[in-house]
Amino acid sequence: MSGDTSALTLILSGDPGLYRIIALSLVVSLSAVFCAAVIGIPLGALIALTRFRGRDGVIVVLNALMGLPPVVVGLAVYLALSRSGPLGSLGILFTPQAMIIAQTVLVTPIIAALTRQTVEDLWLEYREELAAMDIGPAARIGTLVWDARFSLMTALLAGFGRAAAEVGAIIIVGGNIEGFTRTMTTAIALETSKGDLPLAIGLGIVLIAIVVVVNALAWAARRAGERYAG
Amino acid sequence: MRAPDTDLPIILSGITAKAGAVTILDNITQTIAAGPPTVLIGPNGAGKTTLLRVIMGLVAPDAGSVSWGSHNDPSQVRRAIVFQRPVMLRRSAAANIAYALGAAGVPRAQQPQRIADLLALVGLNGLSARPARRLSGGEQQRLALARALARDPAVLLLDETTASLDPAATKSIEDIIRAVAQRGVKVVMSTHDLGQARRLGGDVMLMHRGRVIEHGPAADFFAQPKTEQARQFIAGELLV
Repeated sequence: MSGDTSALTLILSGDPGLYRIIALSLVVSLSAVFCAAVIGIPLGALIALTRFRGRDGVIVVLNALMGLPPVVVGLAVYLALSRSGPLGSLGILFTPQAMIIAQTVLVTPIIAALTRQTVEDLWLEYREELAAMDIGPAARIGTLVWDARFSLMTALLAGFGRAAAEVGAIIIVGGNIEGFTRTMTTAIALETSKGDLPLAIGLGIVLIAIVVVVNALAWAARRAGERYAG
Repeated sequence: MRAPDTDLPIILSGITAKAGAVTILDNITQTIAAGPPTVLIGPNGAGKTTLLRVIMGLVAPDAGSVSWGSHNDPSQVRRAIVFQRPVMLRRSAAANIAYALGAAGVPRAQQPQRIADLLALVGLNGLSARPARRLSGGEQQRLALARALARDPAVLLLDETTASLDPAATKSIEDIIRAVAQRGVKVVMSTHDLGQARRLGGDVMLMHRGRVIEHGPAADFFAQPKTEQARQFIAGELLV
């Protein structure tokens, strides 16, 4: 109980270190979801609407990649960004940019796989109507993604949930540097190992609250959008 | 809407379509001329829907061909179709029509006036901002008609458009079909409703088991059917 009380005191005290951690966590996770959406939504829609040799295999792999172990992704991105790696010249290892890259790798398959399923289901419904209107392949993708936008919000939320809760990859490529690459999840891991439970509990409460608030906002936006667009 | 100058008559030559081992359309050779609506009637599974899809180019026949008036290039044909259960895009009624206008290459500057005209034609001018999926079944069918007419078709294909509508909604759709036909658009429609075929049909094509049993002017078809199957169908007997 005393840990809980201290945690709340810490949150309400407006501790700048705490809020710096919270802000960085949001920037990293939301940036990763944005990048993953830019890559994953068109990719998923493209796979949904095209038929090619080995497509079933691609879908199986894409679905499997939703379960990518974060530490493995962290290791792969670490090797790519390390001084002797192919992207070492960028010099961004142990920076927030590296953390965004690692989380983008983790989240992209989730968004792409869920987009693929959503768009493919909608395509079955729309196929004849769009064919009758002579809609070309690129316009079909745009139409289906737009009309599936409320369903795709679930994919984005799943991606955000994955990014916000993730610790294994970003601790490897970010280094958990205080004031620079420390996020809520890496701080919770560190403070727990040090025995500083009030800060760990406080961050845990804030993390859960943020996830709930983001989901609530997304739900409200979805309901409002559905009322407007049907 | 322009007069159907070059796209008519529609000439069906030996159209055969199969689904696996089942023959859906069996060597259909017919001419669909300009003029009042051509109504396809017949029991379920007769091949009416498949024939409309072949004419629309959505189904490729296994044999035979469709040619169009002075040409046989399907890409030049101004045609549109309304399905029995049209899919409404997840946007407003006006935006559904705007989408079809955009697909038909109508410049954006001309779209607002065209949208207003089409909504007025189908009696939905008060519902332009309503989400299309929230419209009633009859309203959705009227919107689907407006969307099809946005393509400025010479040939309008209607697949059981009033099948699930109440009499009032059916009447409003029939009024639109009459108005469209009077503007020179060739309507080719399928229906189960013999009364509707009488009310709208300029000529009637009775289909059964993938074949055309009888095709002729509606008045003659109903007054003096030439075949026993047509007589049975008109009398309400079951064609099996």
